[in-house]
Amino acid sequence: MSLSAPSRWGLRTLALAYLAALLLVPVGMIFYKTFEHGLAAPVGAITSPNAIHALELTLLMVAIAVPLNAVFGVVCAILLVRHRWWGNGAIDAIINLPFAVSPVVIGLSLFLLYGLGGWFAGFSEAGFQILFAVPGMVLASVFVSVPFVVRETVPVLQEVGTEQEQAASTLGASAWQTFWRVTLPSIRWGVAYGVVLTTARVLGEFGAVSVVSGKISGQTETLPIFVAKQFEEFNYTGAYAGAILLAFLALTALLAMNLLKGKEDA
Amino acid sequence: MAEALALRLRLSGQVGERDRAPWLGRGAIVLYLSAIVLLPLAAVLSKSLEGGLAGFWDAVSSPESVAALKLTVIASLIVVAINGAFGTLVAWVLVRDEFPGKRILGAFIDLPFALPTIVAGITLMTLYGPDSPIGIDVTFTKAAVVLALLFVTLPFVVRAVQPLLMEMDREMEEAAASLGAGNLTIFRRIVFPNLLPGIGAGVALAFARALGEFGSLILITGNLPFKTLVSSVFIYQQIESGNTSGAAAVSVVLLAASLALLAAVGLIQRWAVRR
Repeated sequence: MSLSAPSRWGLRTLALAYLAALLLVPVGMIFYKTFEHGLAAPVGAITSPNAIHALELTLLMVAIAVPLNAVFGVVCAILLVRHRWWGNGAIDAIINLPFAVSPVVIGLSLFLLYGLGGWFAGFSEAGFQILFAVPGMVLASVFVSVPFVVRETVPVLQEVGTEQEQAASTLGASAWQTFWRVTLPSIRWGVAYGVVLTTARVLGEFGAVSVVSGKISGQTETLPIFVAKQFEEFNYTGAYAGAILLAFLALTALLAMNLLKGKEDA
Repeated sequence: MAEALALRLRLSGQVGERDRAPWLGRGAIVLYLSAIVLLPLAAVLSKSLEGGLAGFWDAVSSPESVAALKLTVIASLIVVAINGAFGTLVAWVLVRDEFPGKRILGAFIDLPFALPTIVAGITLMTLYGPDSPIGIDVTFTKAAVVLALLFVTLPFVVRAVQPLLMEMDREMEEAAASLGAGNLTIFRRIVFPNLLPGIGAGVALAFARALGEFGSLILITGNLPFKTLVSSVFIYQQIESGNTSGAAAVSVVLLAASLALLAAVGLIQRWAVRR
């Protein structure tokens, strides 16, 4: 269907106006608001001890949850694609669950499992604190980011097929060698894309982590929780500065996603 | 990512020969998913039924809980209707139109997925909050719920429709045009039916996301009971006030709704593949 110039312009303007009103102008505004009175105040706000601690804790979540889910994702994808089993359908459905469940419900689920009277209350009774401490927050981060690497790796695995792997094993390569030398290199961009998505999700997770964290300043406060708290305490400089730091990390992830998408398609 | 969600939700039943079963890996995967995902969710289900079915029903049917559920569902319906239409339009413009900056704009579509939800709420408030430079303040109103949900669900429909538009055979449209069909007829009879599976999948995923959304709403809506309090925030407040079985009951309702939607996406995709 070939549109006349006026209707093409009309549609373009409508689409751009919608994106501008919803996405582009608000994102521009928060950058403007943060730096409107110079750099000193926002920089001061995100170099305060509580902010630094929140950033460190957020990065710790990433450092634990991302490698865990990356290894899980690759193993799981290979099993789903390369090995037929009656349980694959169920595994497939379970992997989708974290997409369907509200972050608050995820937080609640860990709260109930490890809390007083929960099935796994034994951990804290034995002196290993899970709720209102880092382990609980790690579990929440891992839960919310389970699906990404699997989802991104599976289609790539399907596409590359098994010919090269079969050739490798015909030539005498062990299963392990085949995986490292043939399979992994051919799926690396898919895995990398999944890792970026996982990282972005863990960096920004708020609902699930805040339910299990207890939100203790300087102890169990991640960067998103820090931002929310600053905002609720009317400390807008701190809130905006923290938000910008997170937005900057998100934009970096977005850039990485687009670069990797290019590689994947190539 | 929406693309990833929409088009890659069904994975199993693929190539692969029946070979010596890798039981070690399988066991590890099942154990991992059970410990991380299944057992916690089972704990919610068990807690929600602690007081029997009557207790479950009491928690779900309390006036505050019903009001929250109603708002959540109605706001989500409005949001997916708007994003269904505008998402399709944006996808159309990104695929069929040419203008400077189009590629950069296309890259920005995924921003709501990458941006932490708490930042999304604060970002919207800089333009539509009390200090709005354009004089529009939606905070603490139902419009704020809709606005925040529009933002976080924006990419779903765009990303689900885009690949369908790119793959679409333009010869059909040309044939229709040469037979004298106007643009509206071509859109209604040819383009729209071809895009429908994508729009459906995108809308269902967006709806599931909207039902559970929390972070972007908590600051901008003010969480006023019977007015702007959505279910996820209601659950959060019940946890904070120690009513975990009430929180669990409402959670189960949300969970069931989201699962039904994911199942719907699966069906839509199978239907689309068969066509």
